Amino acid sequence: MSRARADEEEYWHSSKFRAFTFDDEDDELSQLKESKRAVNSLRDIVDDDDDDLEKVSWSGEPVGSISWSIKETASSSSSLEGRDQPQKGSSSYAALPKQVSSYSLSSLFKGRNRLPSLPSLSDAFSDTGVKNYAPELRRPKAEYKDYSNDWSPRDTVRRMQRGKVCSLERFRSLQDKLVLLDEAVAGHDGNVITAVLIFLKRTLRREVLFRELEVRQVALCHLIHFLKETGEQKLLLDLLRFLDRTEEVALSQYREHLNIQDVEKKREFLKGCIGLPFSAEDISHIQDHYTLLERQIIIEANDRHLAMAGQSEIFRKYPRKASILNMPLVTTLFYSCFYHYTEAEGTFSSPTNLKKTFKIPDKQYVLTALAARAKLRAWEDVDALLTTKNWLGYTKKKAPIGFHRVVEILQRNNAPVQVLQEYVRLVEDVETRLNLATKYKCHDVVIDTYRDLKDRIQLMAYKCKVERGSAEEEKINSLLSNM
Amino acid sequence: MAAHLSSGRVNLTALREAGRRELREFLDKCAGSKAIVWDEYLTGPFGLIAQYSLLKEHEVEKMFTLKPGRLPQADVRNIIFFVRPRLELMDIITDNVRREDRGRSPQRDFHILFVPRRSLLCEQWLKEQGVLGSFIHREQYSLDLIPFDGDLLSMESESAFKECYLENDQTSLYHAAKGLMTLQALYGTIPQIFGKGDCARHVANMMIRMKREFPGSQNSIFPVFDTLLLLDRNVDLLTPLATQLTYEGLIDEIYGIQNTYVKLPPEKFAPKKQGEGGKDLPTEPKKLQLNSAEELYAEIRDKNFNAVGSVLSKKAKIISAAFEERHHAKTVGEIKQFVSQLPHMQAARSSLANHTSIAELIKDITTVSCYCIGFYSFPTASEDFFDNLTVEQEFMSGIDTDKVNNYIEDCIAQKHSLIKILRLVCLQSVCNNGLKQKVLDHYKREILQTYGYEHILTLNNLEKAGLLKLQTGGRNNYPTIRKTLRLWMDDVNEQNPNDISYVYSGYAPLSVRLAQLLARPGWRSIEEVLKMLPGPHFEERQQLPTGLQKKRQHGENRVTLVFFLGGVTYAEIAALRFLSQMEDGGTEYVIATTKLINGTTWIKSLMEKLEPAPF
Repeated sequence: MSRARADEEEYWHSSKFRAFTFDDEDDELSQLKESKRAVNSLRDIVDDDDDDLEKVSWSGEPVGSISWSIKETASSSSSLEGRDQPQKGSSSYAALPKQVSSYSLSSLFKGRNRLPSLPSLSDAFSDTGVKNYAPELRRPKAEYKDYSNDWSPRDTVRRMQRGKVCSLERFRSLQDKLVLLDEAVAGHDGNVITAVLIFLKRTLRREVLFRELEVRQVALCHLIHFLKETGEQKLLLDLLRFLDRTEEVALSQYREHLNIQDVEKKREFLKGCIGLPFSAEDISHIQDHYTLLERQIIIEANDRHLAMAGQSEIFRKYPRKASILNMPLVTTLFYSCFYHYTEAEGTFSSPTNLKKTFKIPDKQYVLTALAARAKLRAWEDVDALLTTKNWLGYTKKKAPIGFHRVVEILQRNNAPVQVLQEYVRLVEDVETRLNLATKYKCHDVVIDTYRDLKDRIQLMAYKCKVERGSAEEEKINSLLSNM
Repeated sequence: MAAHLSSGRVNLTALREAGRRELREFLDKCAGSKAIVWDEYLTGPFGLIAQYSLLKEHEVEKMFTLKPGRLPQADVRNIIFFVRPRLELMDIITDNVRREDRGRSPQRDFHILFVPRRSLLCEQWLKEQGVLGSFIHREQYSLDLIPFDGDLLSMESESAFKECYLENDQTSLYHAAKGLMTLQALYGTIPQIFGKGDCARHVANMMIRMKREFPGSQNSIFPVFDTLLLLDRNVDLLTPLATQLTYEGLIDEIYGIQNTYVKLPPEKFAPKKQGEGGKDLPTEPKKLQLNSAEELYAEIRDKNFNAVGSVLSKKAKIISAAFEERHHAKTVGEIKQFVSQLPHMQAARSSLANHTSIAELIKDITTVSCYCIGFYSFPTASEDFFDNLTVEQEFMSGIDTDKVNNYIEDCIAQKHSLIKILRLVCLQSVCNNGLKQKVLDHYKREILQTYGYEHILTLNNLEKAGLLKLQTGGRNNYPTIRKTLRLWMDDVNEQNPNDISYVYSGYAPLSVRLAQLLARPGWRSIEEVLKMLPGPHFEERQQLPTGLQKKRQHGENRVTLVFFLGGVTYAEIAALRFLSQMEDGGTEYVIATTKLINGTTWIKSLMEKLEPAPF
């Protein structure tokens, strides 16, 4: 707003502007007055509202919108004590009357060409013209009043669809109830279908209900959904079992573990899940879930003890931020690479044991171990991890994840250039290697690469990037003179 | 306040007004002063129908958010709960009512307004808790189709897709049919109905049945819509998974648009006032409303993002030139002219400032500097956006969809958000008509090991919805569909598009292609492909009384209402608007849907709600 005023001031004070010279001709005087009036009214408009249509608070909520008003009225009621409340209230509403019938700026503008002025729409609709636009959508009021005890199943369903309460108790015979259900299903209104199902569930024997639903798939889906929603797990499982939908039984039962907070109980529960009729692909995952939690419980107990005793250096130096319980497998592996890297394969917490037990692929293992050891800046471990020995005893560097990824992980953990350099050198793709080496200032690698490429020009260009009088510069010079 | 609703071919203010009227009627039933307790989810959609001023006129003095505990002290005669029919909300209401001080005088009356439908299940629930009798009025407010813009209606039912395709609960379809009946009551019977998919078939059946059962609904309004096209979301599972590349689509992908509002990081919107240091930068997100009431936004929202920059800079030049004009204004008449335009210019300038800021925010995320392309490093947000897009486009054009994708593997290894991973894996599955057993197993294992075994439930949901599946029979029919429907266009023009494929920079949304082909030359030409897509396709006609049959003026466009059952993306809307504006198109489109979605919100709605981690 102050911005607008500043513009306005600049506008009037600008030297190029020469409107207020009083030697204007007479008939222009009246026009001048008019324009002055216009300018004065302009101040109101411009000052009043910077944003286009509505008054908007900083958070963008239009003043007077519902969510804005909830905050407003709620805050004024919290400081309810006595008299200051109506004031507060009225002050927040002060902006509203403007809203209701205000002329929006853009309508003023657009309006110029069409109508003299465009009243806001809410005004336009409050008069009688509205009837043409909005015919009566609801049923006549009289229909609410009529009442009979003798509705047919079809009429009952229709009445329920219209939101009226009907007594279903009159439908006593199984035949009647099923007709009612079929009518409800034909109406497609889930609300009514569910209502009828609740009635049937209460008044029919379980076996009969299940049997009848088996041939009424739509109603069946609604009942399953309803049971899930209301948490009637036992009935749900009985139903699914009756239908022989064994995989669903298994998953539905497995889902229950999410509601168990106690880890011991959860473990027991998961153990019970292993025997459930999951699909062939899923069963191994469920088994793994159980095994993982079992491991985590053992590791957690051990490590908490270790950490509390305060004798283990690693736990002192890097205190655990959270418990390992219920963490995903890869997170657990990271944890174990961080705290238990050197342990023998026999212990439950050793990384190699985890790798074996859960058949973690090489790639995943190297990636995780690398991240953990790099975080501890244990560069020898990194080296060992990437070194393989062939049967002749020769060693070779190998990275199943690609050396560019190794470099990226090390770099993220602030590895020194000497360490980084070694792996940048091993990046196979020349262009990638050059890019990485340049980015991380591994001068030796850059120079050697250009040397191998016999690229004099690039080598010369690179000279200005290394320090004056450094060993690198010397190396470039000697290479250039020999090329 | 709602001028943008009447800007389109069909004046949707009438629908809004019908909604306001029903609301007023209900409020007047509860005589005396009132407080409304809101299910928070509803405030957004309600805001599109009515402002607080309307409620205030009907003696609503206080408004609260629904939460457990004792209701705030408020001296009103009536307490009205505005809620969706959900059991967890009924528990909160029960708690509220039970804690009400019975000794207080005067006593407060309770009422419930269910939105959009009264639920017998909920009432039963309240009855079991012993509080049902406390409510004097229990009614429903059928907020079925909410007008979002001049050509856009949404039911904002977030779980519609899940209910239809996972739980086989057709209640939301019933609401859709009801909404369509309301529309027909206001805008006349729609003479032609086309549809594709099981849900579409259901809705059409329900409409026909409802019409038969309420003969009174035969109205005498001249039909505004010529055609209704009902489309199942599961006919086109591909489109929402891809990243939208229109301006509005990207805003939604990155920041999420809710009920036409978006919340943005405030840094770029700091008010640049003179004399103020940059001390107190706002920390609260900046909230903006986005709709066609804003001239500039209406112009750029549907453009490919790459075409937005040039429009913005052109606008900036025009506005500065317009402000410069004051120096040339010599005569009083000219001054007057200039002055009269000042408010418009101010509005245009602030609108331009906002969108320049938004465009900057988006550009930071979507644009890769040339230096970065071509080698691998730890990806920044923009590099990752680019890589992600590259993979999506490969999949959609049919490249390497049958093997494990390196980029997806990398993302899992770096623990990118699970939703992002699922979006990509599902996209690959859809573009390959299912994954090979080995590939599917590999992804599943990696996901479960990295994100937790409990996600097996989510994976299962995705499989049930058909988003993730095993390729059966070893036949991939996606290439045939892609070629016949020309879903992938290599020579896409983002600046001056000549085809809908510009909205995804190459991929033409299948759903919109179906709408386009229906208008011309008709579906008969693509029978073979239609058979490959799930569900039946059909045509129905609704008889009109003789007086109402339309005699089309020469050159007058047809109006088609496209109803997406299960959700629609902003990019698809943009594509339909593009078709509306085509000079020789001959058809204008109005869009309706159960929910405005993007890949992220969509996948999220299908994920199993997991308990939060214990810390």
